[in-house]
Amino acid sequence: MIANYGYKDGSGEFFISIDTDLCNGCENCVPACPTGALEIILNDYDEKVAAVTDKQRRQLKYSCAPCKPVSDRPVLPCVAVCQPVAIRHSW
Amino acid sequence: MAQEFWRWKEYSWQDPNKSWESGAILTGGVDVGSVSTQAVVMSNGTLCAFSSRRTGSDSPDSARKAMDGALEGTGLTLDQIKYVVGTGYGRVNVPFAHRTITEIACHARGANFMYGPTVRTVLDMGGQDCKAIRCDDKGKVSAFLMNDKCAAGTGRGMEVFADLLSVPLEQIGDLSYQVEKEPPPVSSTCVVFAKTEAVGLLRQGWPKNDVLAAYCSAMAHRVYTLLERLGVENDFGITGGIAKNSGVVKRLEKEMGVTALTARYDPQIAGAVGAALFARTLAQKEGKA
Repeated sequence: MIANYGYKDGSGEFFISIDTDLCNGCENCVPACPTGALEIILNDYDEKVAAVTDKQRRQLKYSCAPCKPVSDRPVLPCVAVCQPVAIRHSW
Repeated sequence: MAQEFWRWKEYSWQDPNKSWESGAILTGGVDVGSVSTQAVVMSNGTLCAFSSRRTGSDSPDSARKAMDGALEGTGLTLDQIKYVVGTGYGRVNVPFAHRTITEIACHARGANFMYGPTVRTVLDMGGQDCKAIRCDDKGKVSAFLMNDKCAAGTGRGMEVFADLLSVPLEQIGDLSYQVEKEPPPVSSTCVVFAKTEAVGLLRQGWPKNDVLAAYCSAMAHRVYTLLERLGVENDFGITGGIAKNSGVVKRLEKEMGVTALTARYDPQIAGAVGAALFARTLAQKEGKA
């Protein structure tokens, strides 16, 4: 299942999508995120999956801004460490 | 007091052939929705009893009343139920629940139980929202779409129309087919605007049944767009209160070109059934059984 965390406002759509079928719960993304936006939770089927924290879901545009490529910055750290390629950003 | 046409009946059901003292694993599911609350008791994964109540202003109280309704006459008490899972909008307000699970997962699992493992697309038409869910043969959710923020295409809209036209809610489906010619759907699906439009139609001299037909087909079309976005895979089943409204269901089937499965039980309890099934798995896992 694709879990979309985030919001939409006048300036755009800010969603982090996590494919729970691909995510293996390895926890690599949790320390990789400098703002601590990601956490590991137990979903309805008792599987360990990554999710965006409650607090960060409403401010993703700002939390993720420091990592977003503006000139020659590398790939987003959360995306880079995710081996199963389960994390996607909508913007 | 004048008859309130939108008020549907609260009721309970108990399996008459069930022996309660058989030492089976009893689990419970409570689905506290925005409009109605259902409680289900299952023993070893078979349905024993359920009840359906209106959700009042006090969710914990509604949950308790629904559970009491299901247990009524069985001689069982709440303590005998090993594990209870809460679901629905008010799931955090079930005081006796051991765990909460989202209603999307519960409806998929409940539909899997009620319609059999062939069901792949589930449409949950609830009191205040509407969800299209795709699931696998075990009832596990693989994708879903939700129509939130708007009461169009939901049970609450039907209640508004039942009230406006003084037609008992249960009869809307049949009456909406007693028309000379299928009228065009009302153009707005927003409940408030649709009601305004319906008042206008009545003033133009439209019969009641035509207005009902126009609203039912507007609602069918509205949920069809949701299903279309998700993509329909057979088999298809509908859960939630509107599944009992043939006026919407048959029009939706016609638009989709697919026939919905018929449920073995009241489709409104699907969420609570799913919760009770989850409860059984969790009870076994946590060694309570």
